[in-house]
Amino acid sequence: MIQNKEIQPLKSSKILRQGASTAWPICLGYIPIGLALGVLAQQAGLPWWAVTMMSVLVFAGSAQFICVAMLAAGSSIPAIIFTTLIVNLRHTLMSSALAVYLSGVSRRFLALFAYGITDESFAVNMTRFRAGDWDRWRALAVNHISNFVWIVATTTGALVGQLVPQGAFGIDYALTGMFICLLVFQLNGRIYIITGLLAALISVGWYLLIPGDSYIVGASICAATLGYFLQRYHRRSQ
Amino acid sequence: MNFSDYLLLFGGMGLVTYLPRTLPLLYLAHKQLPQWLIDWLGLIPVAILSALLAPSLLTTVADRSFSLGKPELLVAIPTLIFALKTRSLGGTVLVGMLLYWLAGFFI
Repeated sequence: MIQNKEIQPLKSSKILRQGASTAWPICLGYIPIGLALGVLAQQAGLPWWAVTMMSVLVFAGSAQFICVAMLAAGSSIPAIIFTTLIVNLRHTLMSSALAVYLSGVSRRFLALFAYGITDESFAVNMTRFRAGDWDRWRALAVNHISNFVWIVATTTGALVGQLVPQGAFGIDYALTGMFICLLVFQLNGRIYIITGLLAALISVGWYLLIPGDSYIVGASICAATLGYFLQRYHRRSQ
Repeated sequence: MNFSDYLLLFGGMGLVTYLPRTLPLLYLAHKQLPQWLIDWLGLIPVAILSALLAPSLLTTVADRSFSLGKPELLVAIPTLIFALKTRSLGGTVLVGMLLYWLAGFFI
């Protein structure tokens, strides 16, 4: 294997442990959402093994919720696949941003890593990469631990989900809390604060005015571009 | 739907989920990126996180309208302050959950 030439700095058990200690907020958030998805899927008539198959082949929470809703509404297979593509286009941006930290890495690794790029793993891994105490093996562990918990949670939801009380211990807020903190980690200077505020403003306006899910990609690109030009203008005028 | 229908559906969905995640990485990771692109991509995480969060805190899903009184937003303010003060990810998640749980009794 090509990868054998690369030196692994730590034993794999330690990488897994560090990955798990970083991934746990994601997992905590995935449990209620995964259970909810499983319950909804079961109510829409999907057998439990189909839920497992979906979470293995399509590791993308929001697209999976939309798929279940569309199946319940009797949508066609091509319509669901097309909607999935649109909803998941935002990951091209995340994949591009991660490329900065994975430059020169073997394509085999990248192909395996890309499978687990979600909003959550992206946010967590980017924060750690930027802090400088992170490498691709730990990032890969975060991706796959999250995926494993997601598969288990959605399958469990399809099997026994109706027995779980709704909204217990505020667990529905886990991912929101995580995103708030990861956003704080990103605010490393005035330009990041301005870009974040611009993205908030544009995304809310876009969400209210334009139907569909384009607001995430649209607002991110607009805000980052505005932020970039502001930064450049500021540097030039100094 | 039977097994092969599900396989076709989820296989197709899996493909259109995987390609946007893998193609930019495979292409860009083996290129010398220009500085402007690195600078621009450096602003993408904060922009994406903000664009994911802001509509979920400031709008209602049901009728897609602006709202300043959602419990999600009211809880987000002390959660944000906690995150700024402590910079602890796990702590912020737990504080946010606790406050949201408590808010459920009052709102």
